[in-house]
Amino acid sequence: MYRWLILLMAGLFAPTTALADIGSRLWATGGVTTIEGSAGGGLVPWALLGSYASDTEWGGTVSMSQARVDDYTLSVIGAGLNWHNRVELTVARQTLDLDTLVFTLKDSFGLEQDELNQDIFGAKVRLFGDVLYSRWGQWSAGVQYKRQRDFTVPSAIGARDDHGIDGYVSASKLFFAAIMGRNLLVNATARATRANQGGLLGFGGDRQNGYEVMAEGSAGVFLDRKWLVGMEYRQKPDNLGFAGESDWWDLFVAWVPDRRLAVTAALVNLGDIATLTDQQGLYLSLQGTF
Amino acid sequence: MTKFSAFYRSTTGPLMVLLLTLGGCQNLPSSDNSSDLYEQLGERKGIASIVEDMLYRIVEDDRINQAFKGVDVVQFHRNLTDQLCQLSGGPCTYTGRNMREVHKAMAITDTQFNAVAEDLILAMEKNGVPTSAQNRLLARIVPLYPSIRGL
Repeated sequence: MYRWLILLMAGLFAPTTALADIGSRLWATGGVTTIEGSAGGGLVPWALLGSYASDTEWGGTVSMSQARVDDYTLSVIGAGLNWHNRVELTVARQTLDLDTLVFTLKDSFGLEQDELNQDIFGAKVRLFGDVLYSRWGQWSAGVQYKRQRDFTVPSAIGARDDHGIDGYVSASKLFFAAIMGRNLLVNATARATRANQGGLLGFGGDRQNGYEVMAEGSAGVFLDRKWLVGMEYRQKPDNLGFAGESDWWDLFVAWVPDRRLAVTAALVNLGDIATLTDQQGLYLSLQGTF
Repeated sequence: MTKFSAFYRSTTGPLMVLLLTLGGCQNLPSSDNSSDLYEQLGERKGIASIVEDMLYRIVEDDRINQAFKGVDVVQFHRNLTDQLCQLSGGPCTYTGRNMREVHKAMAITDTQFNAVAEDLILAMEKNGVPTSAQNRLLARIVPLYPSIRGL
């Protein structure tokens, strides 16, 4: 009956290691790593900051992701740091294998290139609120500086710049017990961008060259604290005369068995990409947190 | 009710997505009735057991055990049990001091708040509280966040 007293005494004399090994925020509240490196879902950044660092802690993530759609394969490696659940810094390298487009490029442009690469450096600041505890949710603002590693192909198809900056504002909130007792996570993001296909086809174009504000959003239900299912939508600009660009969407399942690991699988629809239509396929992402 | 919970526990991902689509994104009022939650937590006896397990976790949790130094454990156990019992719609009355007053001098951080939340959730899991009941209790605790953090 009074075992607590003994345990409490024992606790008081235990070494005062200030923090647990890994951050204190509750499971899955770091989101996962998007294809652009920022914390979020798969395609859309959320107001959540990566890792589990709370207001007195540091945290970090590393991730590997791949989307295989009909005529392309996108591979991403990413890493991020989180200081006090206030600032998130991320890097990501994207490689897009042009499995089929190789022939178009060769026939129409005389280009021999089988992949496109870009690096993305991201920073996100939590402005105010907490996704779980605040009535108005959590609000963050971020930037993504994107840089092409080889501009030949984007330039040939009409892109104006080999680098660009996206800016976004994002809000996330968890509604406890919202749907049949399950928790509902809702995110909305507004992004100002000039990027073509997220920047893989360069920035700005012959049809439209300035910044436009795009709407992005996602919603998911926690079946329990380890499983999140939901969907995402990302509006996209349409800057290039060479080929139309579609909005993106996906249906995802994320499994977070432990704070150290997150596995995300999704059915993605990337629409039309550089003349090749209706690109659908599978997305898989692994994230480790420390 | 039992039949209903068995149904939604067995639903799969796509169905949840469909329901989500149909449900839209409003803050849907959960269709819970108070005494129902109290029963799912195992009434006062079940809540006392959850709080006991939570206290075991707290004393071993280096993020927060220092903050509980000098706390009268028996009284703390009784007060928190009464409080959760009352919050869940049970026939109890919390007789402790108000949340803002109790935590005033403690300067509780988010890290500490999260740690206690984690210890409570793990204690509920150990006591077999269904996910939906856990979430409904958390929904009623979360409004206390500003007064506990002193915001």
